[in-house]
Amino acid sequence: MTERVPSLAELSEDRVAYLEGLVSRARAAAAVFSQYTQEDVDRIVKPMVVAGMEQARYLARLAFEETKLGVMEDKAIKNMVATEFVYNYVKDKRTVGQIREFPDRNLAEVAEPIGVLFSLTPITNPTATVLFKCIMAIKTRNAVIFSPHPRAFRCCAEAVRIMYEAAVKHGAPEGVFTCLESPTLPDNAYLMRHKHIGLIDATGGPGVVKAAYSSGKPALGVGPGNTPVYLEKTADLDMAVVDILTSKTFDNGTICASEQTVVIDDEVYDLVLRKFADLDAHICNEKEAELLGRTVIDPETGFARPMAIGQKATTIAGAIGLPVKASTRLLIAPIHGVGREHPLSVEKLFPLLAVYRARSVDEALKMCIDVNHAGGIGHTAVVFSRDDEVIRKFSEVINAGRIIVNSPGSVGAIGGVYNDMVPTFSFGCGTGGGNSTTDNVNVYHYLNIKRVARRTQMHTWFRIPNQIYFNRNAVENLGQFPSRCTIIVTSPVLEQIGHVDIARRHIPPLTHIHVLVIPDAEPELKVVMQGLEALRFYKADQIVALGGGSVIDAAKIMRLKYEAPEADIDELGAPFLDIRKRIAEYPAEKSNRARLIAISTTSGTGSEVTPFAVLIDKDRGRKITLADYSLSPDVAIVDPQFVMSMPKGLTADTGIDCLTHALEAGVSVYASPYTDSHAMQAIRMVFKFLPIAYEHPDNEEARSMMHNAACIAALAFSNASVGVNHALAHALGARFGVAHGRANALMLPHVIAYNASVPSKFMPSPHQRAYVAHKKYAMVADLLRLGGDTIAEKVDRLVAAIEELLDRLAIPRSIAGLGISKEEFERAVPELAEIAFDDPSWRPTNPRMPLMSELVDLLWKAYAGRRQANGAAPSQQPAAKDGLAYVDEYSLAQK
Amino acid sequence: MSMNTVWLKSDEAGAVPALQDVIGHLDGAEGAVVLDFSGVLRIDTRALGAMEQLAGRADQNGSKVELRGVNVGVYKVLKLTGLAHRFSFRT
Repeated sequence: MTERVPSLAELSEDRVAYLEGLVSRARAAAAVFSQYTQEDVDRIVKPMVVAGMEQARYLARLAFEETKLGVMEDKAIKNMVATEFVYNYVKDKRTVGQIREFPDRNLAEVAEPIGVLFSLTPITNPTATVLFKCIMAIKTRNAVIFSPHPRAFRCCAEAVRIMYEAAVKHGAPEGVFTCLESPTLPDNAYLMRHKHIGLIDATGGPGVVKAAYSSGKPALGVGPGNTPVYLEKTADLDMAVVDILTSKTFDNGTICASEQTVVIDDEVYDLVLRKFADLDAHICNEKEAELLGRTVIDPETGFARPMAIGQKATTIAGAIGLPVKASTRLLIAPIHGVGREHPLSVEKLFPLLAVYRARSVDEALKMCIDVNHAGGIGHTAVVFSRDDEVIRKFSEVINAGRIIVNSPGSVGAIGGVYNDMVPTFSFGCGTGGGNSTTDNVNVYHYLNIKRVARRTQMHTWFRIPNQIYFNRNAVENLGQFPSRCTIIVTSPVLEQIGHVDIARRHIPPLTHIHVLVIPDAEPELKVVMQGLEALRFYKADQIVALGGGSVIDAAKIMRLKYEAPEADIDELGAPFLDIRKRIAEYPAEKSNRARLIAISTTSGTGSEVTPFAVLIDKDRGRKITLADYSLSPDVAIVDPQFVMSMPKGLTADTGIDCLTHALEAGVSVYASPYTDSHAMQAIRMVFKFLPIAYEHPDNEEARSMMHNAACIAALAFSNASVGVNHALAHALGARFGVAHGRANALMLPHVIAYNASVPSKFMPSPHQRAYVAHKKYAMVADLLRLGGDTIAEKVDRLVAAIEELLDRLAIPRSIAGLGISKEEFERAVPELAEIAFDDPSWRPTNPRMPLMSELVDLLWKAYAGRRQANGAAPSQQPAAKDGLAYVDEYSLAQK
Repeated sequence: MSMNTVWLKSDEAGAVPALQDVIGHLDGAEGAVVLDFSGVLRIDTRALGAMEQLAGRADQNGSKVELRGVNVGVYKVLKLTGLAHRFSFRT
């Protein structure tokens, strides 16, 4: 069959003027309606519902007389459901202004009416559909132009009139509903494409639905179905038979959700048919079924003939010469498959039910799938069973917006009667049915729902190890941690110089102690696996990590794998943007437990308190960075006696690493007053004590303060993270083997100038409420009493002070100064920038989001060396006399 | 250029006669007509029809109609019906 596409040329000028008038009137009504409150709307809806209920039987009679379809009494019930049940659902729903709020998500939903709806209504459920749509439209402040099926025009127009008069009487805008007079296909085509129609709501046959979706307008198109029913052997058979009979004969089967083919388990097939027969169903023999198949189904189209739709079983039987009892209300015909060779397997909107005998659950489900796919995808399906597994399987394999369990299909799908689904006269069939929704269409489909998304108030944190012991002889605190077996993880040098013995002395007596010496370099996977073997072999319950960052990192990863052997390091090291939303999930279940005590022997990384660990995967030539608070040691011991012998170079490099941690944490997007207090204190301590510790290695106070400063800075960056400086330093370290602290030093003055300049790109993070990095640097300058009148001057003085400190520590001031040729560096720069960009250190905490070109520029600046003081900071605004002014300003920005 | 200022009453029912009165006087008026909407909380479909008529008559006469104190709800109604661009607005 070829569908005729209506031509707009068929419309006369007068008809166009008429249609334009309808739209104009509806548009004005919708506009005026936009001013109404929820209370205004609810005052209108209730009397409309009362009017609909009062006229339910009258409208049912009109519909029956005009359409000659269905059962008048059933149509009256449908009209009542369309008013009372729908009202019961919508009466307390908010549909105006803010309709929902999700306080814990800072989200609210606000309703915006659509405006003018163009609504097509079907012949099968004419007045009930009109009543339903009118109530929904008023509840949502929309105007509707109705286009009823031509053979149901009069009853629909009367339903619209009744609803309109009730609505306007109680305050609805004039013109809120109109009904097309003598609607034609060209009328529909014209209105479907009209620019002032906001939504097409098409309920009807496939042609109408397809036209609606083809119009280019937003549309709710709800069309035909082909409901499969699985009657499984455990079902309550009496209930199932009554339900199916009730449903399939309701309004002579005109509801598109009604049962079409019942697939019955072999074990109960004959019994079920006898029960149907007992209730006045006529069970057809094969010959009768064949007769039905070639008479009520059009062999050319494969669809049911209109003459049968909505007719009584006896009427249909009489028309085709099928002898049945006068009391027959349902015809039941066996089929043996689905498709054109089995004509009765299609939708039959009249009291004719196909039945199929299934030899197994598997066969039954496959048959139901076949029926479902023969014109019923997305619509409705029914299962009768007491076996939850059967119901689960059925609902998984059948594609239907409504899966009705142990209840009638037609009345069940309408919702609100046999179940708690939303009452509707419009069944969304999802994409399978060419529809935009699988829902029972309801008021929310008549609204544009606006999401009001308030800025997330990101909670933040300050997480640190449970216990930190510091100052000289803090190591004695090892004595308070009972252990059956302790593994000391350390490096060869520390064992040689007696540090291990010091620690061992303070571990409680009777503890089995085993020493695991590992290389003093960033840990490799194989080293971690060796340690893991030792932990397992000795069934250790405590790990003492004695060493610098590498040793402590190794111990962290050993413990991770020991406590959760299934932990996949590759997966846990996957890149992430936001630690709270990352893909990797650190293990919560632990099969072993081991306390981790970290004793740092350098004053820089702060690894004894951080939740980070770096691992080298030499086989694949890459670094894996792990970050999770479960990695943090349980106990940190910051005892300066372990750093008194640090060489000068190491003292300088680790000291600058500590300073970089504090400065980057200070300007981090994640900085908080908690981290600031630690960052600022650490900076002050570094400037005061690092030169002394460097120049007078035996000065115990300076050593102790630097040791504490490293830990304090680490507490800051454990919670605020670091930034671009570290990302670039990691790249330099990976490519040229530059010591980490030294690499940080090479970048630091340039990165400060960079971060203190107005960003070319801000970091998109809800934590960043204002650009304050330059002010934070100025605040540091004030804390250090560096002077300066403007923020720019203060930033310059801070950079100059850092330059001076670096000079004092004899740290090379340029990458060129490391002996790297310009040519070699030029070759390496693109890769360095890429490594830095991929580095997790700066995301999402650096105050500027670095562009690749900016990373390249920073690398070249560091190659050239010493930065010229040139007023890098963006603001020339006068600064207050002391740093507290910036603190206040910063605090305000964070509120 | 003469300017006529018309006060509209705050109730919806009063707005229509006031608008019709303005339409009646528009034929003889020159220049701009100012309508003070600050007392109008809502407009109904009849007032909307009168405003459309007013806009049409003003177009014919070459007159300008300025609306003052239009609240945001009424302004949205005029936007939704495509009438807003036919008036000028002042708060």
